[in-house]
Amino acid sequence: MTEPTIVDARGLSCPEPAMLTRQALLNAKSGAADEASVVIVLVDSTTSRDNVVRTGKLAGWQAAIEQQADGSYKLTLTRP
Amino acid sequence: MSSLSRFLTSRWGPILTGIAVGVLAPVLVKLGNPGNMGICVACFSRDIAGALGLHRASLVQYLRPEIIGFVLGSLAAALIFREFKPRTGSAPLVRFLLGMFAVIGALVFLGCPWRAYLRLSGGDWNAIFGILGLAAGIGLGIVFLKMGFSLGRSRPAPAALGWVLPVVMIALLVLLVAAPQLGRDADGNPTGPIFFSEKGPGSQHAPLLIALGVGLFVGFLAQRSRFCTVGALRDLALLRDAHLFNGILALIVAAFLTNLALGQLKPGFEGQPVAHTAWLWNFGGMALAGLAFTLAGGCPGRQLFLSGEGDGDAAIFSLGMIVGAGFAHNFSLASSPTGPGAFGPAAVLAGLVVCAIIGLTFRERTGGVS
Repeated sequence: MTEPTIVDARGLSCPEPAMLTRQALLNAKSGAADEASVVIVLVDSTTSRDNVVRTGKLAGWQAAIEQQADGSYKLTLTRP
Repeated sequence: MSSLSRFLTSRWGPILTGIAVGVLAPVLVKLGNPGNMGICVACFSRDIAGALGLHRASLVQYLRPEIIGFVLGSLAAALIFREFKPRTGSAPLVRFLLGMFAVIGALVFLGCPWRAYLRLSGGDWNAIFGILGLAAGIGLGIVFLKMGFSLGRSRPAPAALGWVLPVVMIALLVLLVAAPQLGRDADGNPTGPIFFSEKGPGSQHAPLLIALGVGLFVGFLAQRSRFCTVGALRDLALLRDAHLFNGILALIVAAFLTNLALGQLKPGFEGQPVAHTAWLWNFGGMALAGLAFTLAGGCPGRQLFLSGEGDGDAAIFSLGMIVGAGFAHNFSLASSPTGPGAFGPAAVLAGLVVCAIIGLTFRERTGGVS
């Protein structure tokens, strides 16, 4: 089990959170195929949250959304 | 209310927003707005600049209530759905410059991306070159994004910052209604500080309350659905994501059908309302605008909707558009129906150079993928 990749996209403009997510997912994909991959993305707006979740779904990943105490979001993307 | 919100943030949100804009914009033309100019953020920023005396082109001066409505409608949605999050600090000065160059490019074409799609839907084939230019500018912006371009992070800000542009818009609404005439011209007639066109496009407008209502409605919808006329092409090319692009298709189809129903469809190149036929500069102007909008993260409407959510950087961009529109007319950069302004082509080339320098130099992205 490898350490999850963490993408901190808080405060970034569109389309950077989705771009960074997509890149992280592509990088994870090129890793060992038998390992469960996890990518954690931090965002601070609902727009970025929705964009990152959609980017994950388009690539076939599932997303779990967790709202943080400061109002930002921790998005845990997993490859099914 | 929450089921409405879920619907608007679903894949149907941009489509519904596109249909609303596509129907309401031609209706605003029917009710008095200039041809194919039901909504145009660049043209309306230019009219606002003129009304405030930032330029004195007497044909294009009016405080357009649609723009006021965009910001306040988005503010209302953001407050209701707890998305009012004041923030700033992502290279605001550069965003001001991008706003200036975006509107200068758009005024060489004679329309922002919204109006480019609306002109196409009204049969103005000159818009095809504008939309191709827009796509080229967005493509160039994507190249810079892939090279790591970023204007950096915004930071949360005090609530008061988020209220600045909404309050400015309320002030514009007061000035629109009061239209103070405190000055005197050479003949002693009342004039300024607010100027409204007596003829030309600035004199053509739908009734105030209807225009304001459409602005509020579209602002509300677009805040929820994240409707963006530049993000549509950008996300399709960059992320293979048609979420926003579907909204543009809906806008074009709805506007085409509404124009057809209202007898406003006039196919051709020549004699189109508030348009010229210099295809190279229709292309070039929108290429500059598309690049500037992409570097700033969204189309001019989106910048106004973000301003309503409290985004101070988007507000700076929007103010840059109003100031840039003043420059566009004072420096003979804006086009007229006879063709490009004397220095319009030079301004497009200079703007492309400045935007390319911005695209190449703002590349730091700390704390990205780790």
